[in-house]
Amino acid sequence: MILPLSLVAVVAVAFLSLAAGPTPVGVFSGLSDWLQGLNTPAAMVIGDIRLPRTLLALAVGASLGLSGAALQGLLRNPLADPGLTGASQGAALGAAAVFYFGLFPAAGEVAPAVAGLLGAGLALLLMLSLAGSARTSLVIMAGLAISTLAGAALATVLNFAPNPFAMQELVFWLLGSVSERSLKHLGFLLPALLVGGALIWRQRQLLVALSLGEQVAQSMGFALARGSRMIVLGTALLVGASVAIAGNIGFVGLIVPHLVRPLVAHRPDRLLLPSALFGAALVGLADICVRLLPPGREIQLGVLTSLIGTPLFIWLIWKDRQRWL
Amino acid sequence: MALIDIRHLSLPPRLADIGFALDAGEMLGIIGPNGSGKSSLLHCLAGLLPYSGECLFESQEIGGMTPRQRAQNIGLLPQSCDSAWSLSVEDVVSLGRLPWGDCKTSAVLDAMDQAGVSKFRKRKVDCLSGGERARVWLARVLAGSPRLMLADEPIASLDLYYQRSVMETLRRYANAGNGVILAIHDFGLAARYCDRLCLMANGGIHAFGTPAEVLTEDGLTEVFRVPVHVDLAARPPVITTK
Repeated sequence: MILPLSLVAVVAVAFLSLAAGPTPVGVFSGLSDWLQGLNTPAAMVIGDIRLPRTLLALAVGASLGLSGAALQGLLRNPLADPGLTGASQGAALGAAAVFYFGLFPAAGEVAPAVAGLLGAGLALLLMLSLAGSARTSLVIMAGLAISTLAGAALATVLNFAPNPFAMQELVFWLLGSVSERSLKHLGFLLPALLVGGALIWRQRQLLVALSLGEQVAQSMGFALARGSRMIVLGTALLVGASVAIAGNIGFVGLIVPHLVRPLVAHRPDRLLLPSALFGAALVGLADICVRLLPPGREIQLGVLTSLIGTPLFIWLIWKDRQRWL
Repeated sequence: MALIDIRHLSLPPRLADIGFALDAGEMLGIIGPNGSGKSSLLHCLAGLLPYSGECLFESQEIGGMTPRQRAQNIGLLPQSCDSAWSLSVEDVVSLGRLPWGDCKTSAVLDAMDQAGVSKFRKRKVDCLSGGERARVWLARVLAGSPRLMLADEPIASLDLYYQRSVMETLRRYANAGNGVILAIHDFGLAARYCDRLCLMANGGIHAFGTPAEVLTEDGLTEVFRVPVHVDLAARPPVITTK
């Protein structure tokens, strides 16, 4: 029941997102014009501005929601954040290098995304080689170490920014946004979403077996080391690609699985798809809010998700506390 | 043909030259001081630890079986178990079907009946008492219908009622034509419910045989380094420190 409901929520958010904006435009007529290649104002607003933004918000949300659900299941810890793999800081560092060094000028608008993906990949390689064939907890420790290292390098880049404008541009990019992106960006994110999602989906039975601990999972015939690596790899792909495209969209990966868990009887395997869909709907909704706020300096999407996510998180902790009092 | 036949099993420095055989329908209790290798032995048989030597399950080497095949035939009830999530009893028990890749409802219902957890099948496992939870973990293993069950101290920290309840469930499971190997510290219950006992010390077997052969005052005193009083004629058997 939860899956159809979350699908309806995503479709509704997508429609609202296409309809929301300063210029009133018919969604269906605009889409139809754009699909037919007509050069009408409605086709331009829908096809060139709102559709990429909507699809990116949904894809980023789905990536973060899914990776959060997978990582929390793997670590058996509801506080696990997908950023723990080190990929998100690696992606941020890669993208920051573009602003600082002007890398990949030929890539144009997608240069931060290209560099972000490379940064995430490099962080991932470092993390996996540091962890070796170690147990899950050490893989995450290695992720944390690489994440801290990339964070320190990022701070250094910010410290030595060539001018205040470059630093401002970089900081705003890092705060997270899906505005001023094109369908080209989606071309980067979608394959990562599909591959990362597939890697995680194939390990869904391991995630449910891990509910009772690593010993139980192993005794039930699961290849723990290999399966864990696949999940970490999938998570890192999803998070790395999301950060590379949209910067840091905080709290989605942490909060969405929390919200969905009671609706799926707390089963880690049943949590995956609804978390992806709820994540998509949440980020899509937050992006609509960003656009509906009064004109002026637009609040960055990542800031808004953090502002919404933190009170929600506090409320969840409070609710859980009441249960045990 | 023995259900499980172990020959020269070693895992230095924890286990050295372990060898015994167990038939279907038998319940074997592994006793010994802390650190004597009881859990390591069970973990080797469950595929969690590597070993040298031979471990034949129905004449097939355990190391040569696929992990799934092994899990379908050999079930492990670990010493400590906990659910990371607030799962329902029914969901936890159905995890036992994972090695089979199905949700066979009849096996899950039967396992809940055997372990006596059917009446709270809809409750969350984190809201149960320690004794109720122990039976849920047991039902999870029973749901997989393994031919050989390995139980690592399944009655540790349980009260008298749940101790007897778990031991009787294991005994019934063995009587149904399966094998049960359990690590246990309660010699009275071990003498009462097990067909054979294996007394371990320093990673090796000190004595193996019927309870009367293994539970001797001299043997227990030597291994546990405290004077032990044994009265197997009493009902129930009494084994205690002097």
